[in-house]
Amino acid sequence: MTKQAPSVHKDDAKTLFGFWIYLMTDCILFASLFATYAVLHNNTFGGPSGQELFSLPFVLSETIILLVSSFTCGLGLLAAHRGEKHQVIGWFIITFLLGSAFLALELTEFTHLVNEGYSWQRSGFLSAFFTLVGTHGLHIATGLFWIVVMMIRVAKTGLTVVNKRRLTVLSLFWHFLDIVWIFIFTIVYLMGAL
Amino acid sequence: MNLFGRLTLDAVQHDAIQTFGQLSVVMGGLTVVALLFYSKRWKWLWREWLTSLDPKKIGVMYIVVAFVMLLRGVMDAAMMRTQQALAAGDAQGILSSEHFQQVFSAHGTIMIFFVAMGLMFGLINLIVPLQIGARDVAFPFLNSVSFWLFAVGMGLVNLSLVVGEFAAAGWLAYPPLSGLEYSPGVGVDYWIWSLQIAGVGSLLAGINFLVTILKMRAPGMTLMKMPLFTWSVLCSMILVVFAFPILTGTLGMLSLDRLMGMHFFTSDFGGNAMMYINLIWAWGHPEVYILILPAFGIFSEVVATFSSKRLFGYVSMVWALGAITFLSFIVWLHHFFTMGAGANVNAFFGIMTMVIAIPTGVKIFNWLFTMYRGRIRFTTPMLWFLGFVVTFTIGGMAGVLMSVPAIDFQVHNSLFLVAHFHSMVVGGVLFGFFAGITYWFPKIFGFKLHEKLGIYAFWCWIVGFLAAFMPLYILGLMGATRRLDHYDASLGWQWLFIVAGVGVAIILLGIGFQILQMIVSVLQRHKNRDRTGDPWGGRTLEWATSSPPPEYNFAITAQVHDRDAFWAAKQAPLAVAKPVYHDIAVPRNTAMGMYIAGATFVIGFALIWHIWWLAALGLASMLLLIVVRLSAENTERIITTDELAALEAGADKSGRTT
Repeated sequence: MTKQAPSVHKDDAKTLFGFWIYLMTDCILFASLFATYAVLHNNTFGGPSGQELFSLPFVLSETIILLVSSFTCGLGLLAAHRGEKHQVIGWFIITFLLGSAFLALELTEFTHLVNEGYSWQRSGFLSAFFTLVGTHGLHIATGLFWIVVMMIRVAKTGLTVVNKRRLTVLSLFWHFLDIVWIFIFTIVYLMGAL
Repeated sequence: MNLFGRLTLDAVQHDAIQTFGQLSVVMGGLTVVALLFYSKRWKWLWREWLTSLDPKKIGVMYIVVAFVMLLRGVMDAAMMRTQQALAAGDAQGILSSEHFQQVFSAHGTIMIFFVAMGLMFGLINLIVPLQIGARDVAFPFLNSVSFWLFAVGMGLVNLSLVVGEFAAAGWLAYPPLSGLEYSPGVGVDYWIWSLQIAGVGSLLAGINFLVTILKMRAPGMTLMKMPLFTWSVLCSMILVVFAFPILTGTLGMLSLDRLMGMHFFTSDFGGNAMMYINLIWAWGHPEVYILILPAFGIFSEVVATFSSKRLFGYVSMVWALGAITFLSFIVWLHHFFTMGAGANVNAFFGIMTMVIAIPTGVKIFNWLFTMYRGRIRFTTPMLWFLGFVVTFTIGGMAGVLMSVPAIDFQVHNSLFLVAHFHSMVVGGVLFGFFAGITYWFPKIFGFKLHEKLGIYAFWCWIVGFLAAFMPLYILGLMGATRRLDHYDASLGWQWLFIVAGVGVAIILLGIGFQILQMIVSVLQRHKNRDRTGDPWGGRTLEWATSSPPPEYNFAITAQVHDRDAFWAAKQAPLAVAKPVYHDIAVPRNTAMGMYIAGATFVIGFALIWHIWWLAALGLASMLLLIVVRLSAENTERIITTDELAALEAGADKSGRTT
């Protein structure tokens, strides 16, 4: 081990706190989108409403996949704390695959809607729907990219202090997306379909 | 599909006055480049400034950019005042309607986002780490990214003068006017992307300083021992963190309407333009408090220092800041009382707006009580404070008046409103930042600004301000609406518009004095050098280190026992022990912040002109650059105890010089 710069230990606390604040700002970004969705969700302009479009079993399988990915991500972080590099990489690869599956399902739903003629240009409701769900999807895509970058780094440089800190932050991000999805599932899909 | 999207040669062709603006941007840029070549300063600029992660340098860069933009914003103001002074009856003035609309849109956008925000983040960078006894900000690299994102936003606004056009839909671009149907050109897109990029920069800076203040204070500095400027910045950064994501989301939705044909805010297909107006003001109202709170903080420092007294009512000052922070989120609807909310809703927001005057009044009285029986020195910062009390009180009374919905229905969108918010933003925010710059200038550069010229500048500003805006109050009550490029001669408004125009000319004279003050102060820097580090008899920690401070701010971290930590230390000096130094880590210079922001510039430009491949390229390079930076090793440099001892001994002997 080379000698760490004196500031490294304080960095953990600062980074975690800073990242929590970032997550809260992201939360407000989503809150703005949720508010807009709430205002526009009846503005179908003669087009289909959520009740006609959403398939709950499909969305439920998306939800379960994402929840499981959050669980495997947690296992990955626990492995990081135990210092077991291969397990970390293994669990995060599983997380990555589950996240990709979620994203693929979401894109399938989007393509299906667009092919039916119900794109974001159809009505204010669909604009708000695609943007809210799509923004979450964009976050998931960012998270997937981040997982790839982190796994290459862990494979190359091992579980250093900096890498552990970044894995912690990454898993915070992933769990946060899970929570946002719960809200989307409830407010957009459940309340829309029922 | 066209390789360059909407971008054709037509984009650079303009009418006479616009060509003048175009040429001044190009010539200004070329002059700076030529001067750099002539004085062989490129390496110096690159090493000492552009790639620096030192918040003191980043702060200075923020302020330089803000001053350049102030000149542009004031030129816009002068054009509007000239137009309105001339264009009565048959006379058409100097600007076409379309150009006039671009000018007032640019004026508001520039003054809020690139002047006021720039000066604010500049001063925060310069002073907050010093004032809390810290060596750096929490995330030095992120700080550089924030600055460069701000610079990119500024670059896009100025580029719009040369290539294409700027928005003509007002500084907040209300839809449906700002939608694709009524604004098909690139103007609104320039507006969206310059604000989006600069806004993300502000958001990141907000997170950075929030963590800095909460996690990096010197030992012993509890929250209730923090200097008031730091308190005000803490509250302001909390507002940034809460409000700016709303701006990001709102601008994002507006751009989706424009780029992808969505229907958030369109007038058909189930869009809802009122949603935009609610969202933009849910950001916009906190935004004005984001700007004014640090100005309040500056005045708290200035008044206490120049009255040589402890600040009156510290605890009530802190609570007032907290109350304003909270209330600023529940008053946004007063910006559109006339737009169809019911009587009860209007009543709630009207009362909340009146309530906010109470904590603000508490602050004004606390400052006046601080002066009471103090040994007051009427220096330039103190004059800016006294001017502020006058203008801010006038503006505040106008504000309370307008908070009554029934009255607001009469003066909504009139020049009365314009006069009101200029009283707050010029007489409050700008005067505050001028006071702060004059007050802290010797700390950052090691010499004081020329006092006489500063006083002349102040008098021109205050007289010019009153001459420019008092007529607008009257005009507003006479029924003149804002954003008029022409009016009927029989209304009898013209003489008041001429007085307002003369006021702007006097303000221009004040700016001339400020430029002269800067030049003269640099030329006479040896005469006004500050060798003590404490030129004004300061009270807070930033005055405890040398002027200018070393890269690491403090060789030894201070132990704080009192609210006015440095004042207390001066009153009861502890026995001077031989200092014990420890290693200090400082961040190495890097240009990565600039490169990452550069990629966002490419993305913004490409999206404005619909050049999709270029946007994808910009996004890919941005991600790549971020990964490269995160993989970088060895980003810090250690100053060892021996080096530190040598540096400090040298500084004691000669005083640091620039």
